[in-house]
Amino acid sequence: MNRLKTALDSDFFYRFKTDKVAIVSFSVLMLFFLAALFAPLLSPMDPHDPIQIDIMDSEIPPLWSSGADTDPDERFLLGTDQQGRDMLSAILYGLRISIVIGLFAVAVQMIIGIAIGLISGYFGGRIDSFFMRLADIQLSLSTMMIAIIVLAIFQASFGADLYEELAIFMLVMVIGIAEWPQYARTIRASVLAEKNKEYVDAARVIGLGAPTIIMRHILPNTLSPLLVISTVQVANAIISEAALSFLGLGMPVTMPSLGSLISSGFEFIFSGSWWITVIPSVVLILLILTINLLGDWLRDVLNPKLYKG
Amino acid sequence: MTKETATALVEVKEIHKVFDLGSHFLQKHKPKVRAINDVSFSIYEGDSFCLVGESGCGKSTLARTVMGLLEPTAGEIHYRGQRIDHLKHKQRRPYHRSMSMIFQNPYASLNPRRTIQKTLEEPLRFHFPDLSTQEIKEKVEEVMVSVGNDPSWGKRYPHEFSGGQRQRLSIARALMVDPDFIVADEPISALDVSIQAQVLNVMMDAQEKRNLTYLFITHDLSVVEHFGSTVGVMYLGSLCELAQTKTLFAKPRHPYTQILLSAIPKLSCEEMQHSKLTGEVPSAMSLPSGCVFHNRCPYANHRCETEIPLLRSLEDGRAVSCHGVEEGRIDA
Repeated sequence: MNRLKTALDSDFFYRFKTDKVAIVSFSVLMLFFLAALFAPLLSPMDPHDPIQIDIMDSEIPPLWSSGADTDPDERFLLGTDQQGRDMLSAILYGLRISIVIGLFAVAVQMIIGIAIGLISGYFGGRIDSFFMRLADIQLSLSTMMIAIIVLAIFQASFGADLYEELAIFMLVMVIGIAEWPQYARTIRASVLAEKNKEYVDAARVIGLGAPTIIMRHILPNTLSPLLVISTVQVANAIISEAALSFLGLGMPVTMPSLGSLISSGFEFIFSGSWWITVIPSVVLILLILTINLLGDWLRDVLNPKLYKG
Repeated sequence: MTKETATALVEVKEIHKVFDLGSHFLQKHKPKVRAINDVSFSIYEGDSFCLVGESGCGKSTLARTVMGLLEPTAGEIHYRGQRIDHLKHKQRRPYHRSMSMIFQNPYASLNPRRTIQKTLEEPLRFHFPDLSTQEIKEKVEEVMVSVGNDPSWGKRYPHEFSGGQRQRLSIARALMVDPDFIVADEPISALDVSIQAQVLNVMMDAQEKRNLTYLFITHDLSVVEHFGSTVGVMYLGSLCELAQTKTLFAKPRHPYTQILLSAIPKLSCEEMQHSKLTGEVPSAMSLPSGCVFHNRCPYANHRCETEIPLLRSLEDGRAVSCHGVEEGRIDA
């Protein structure tokens, strides 16, 4: 309880309380996260289960709309897609997949990036040059390009069935590996600043080994910029996944993420079934927007030089 | 002098330290900074060896080289007769225990993310892994009290303390493993004058109680007079004069030491005979030929421009590296 009280009294919490944008973004984001977490409880049907889908229910518009070819159906709040899948359930499950991929891809980026950043910043010299040139090369190839090449080759050589099973894992790994330089560079810069401070010398004078010094003394002091890039990177990873799914290289139609939902509805947008594309798009945009707004707010709070009067 | 016969605790033998400046492969001559040039001295047990000199003369580099934070380019460092500068990290461990360091900037020398208790326990836990939690706690308390700190500070973080308090915490950390030798790199220069005396007293108390030997780096001559038993004067990476504090302050011999000492502010006007030094300290990237001080020295002659003077012992126990003193041209 004591800790909770300190947290509630902190400057951080005060600045959160007084910032409307932060509160709204945080609430919306939490809403999305909870919706994704409790998707199985909230959704009327399981969109991954083909037995529950009836093709006769296809392309039913959302409840509030009228004038479409078919009449709205009470069972489907947000309408159905071309296979007769309930859009609300599909979006909830899709949100779940998008967020999972976003978080895990960032976890992969973080692990690789932090390890490389710490090593190259602390040891310097040739190790540093090697990893940083590797990062330059990695950055000169866009994430999308690498992802498209890897996923296309994988799909072509192992077949679509295996791909469907491994899609989430593959997306996490590809997006994770393609974006590690962001973390490595940020961490390296902080390590370079920290390692010349006297507390690191003090640890060396004690006789501690390099791994202990890095993990115990340097890493904790380089974490605050990480929090900020992490928010941006989660948003980026979700966008990358959506873009790949839209191109048909991401999540399969049987297990749609937000991106695959947008993509699957795209063919029908001119035949009047706008809701299949538009509603998942709105959810995706809101998700990314709130994450980015929260990241911006976090950057302002954690950087004392940016106090805005 | 009886000290001459005793073995030195720390011996620095002909240390050179050259820093390569960042250069690219098209450059023919890599720029180099010659931070320390052929410096040798011995520190005896119970001594407070003070190194003085102006900013950038290599005092801190020398201190860090002695502690093993930097590797000497050439030369040897001995501790109780054992050469330690070439040891591998693991072999150096017993020396990490008996040598400790106090840093200049109290605001940077404590890890901001660790509590005081953790910071102080760290050296103990590392060097004495067998100690029980209770024993560690007692030891921390004992050391905290001995440097004038409240043992209940342990739960707090460094940013909650003032400069003087932090420097005392820094001293406490250095004392945790009962070292024999402590390098203090300008420990008081970042502090308020009123706090300087307090921290110095803490250090002198600790020396008395724990039988410590200090290598004390400073640019404050009044502190040297108060604190030091032996003084080494450095200029541009070289040792100019090495003497007992009393001998040096009574009669400086090296022209640089003379000018340095004349710069100490005095109360009465009659004593003021401030000799001004012209020009600036030459860059350590291109050292003057011969004696490094020759282009600013009022007594320099042709020999000074060409030949590097060696540190020669004089009859009163001091050592001076100056052609003028050796030839008897200078005796002030």
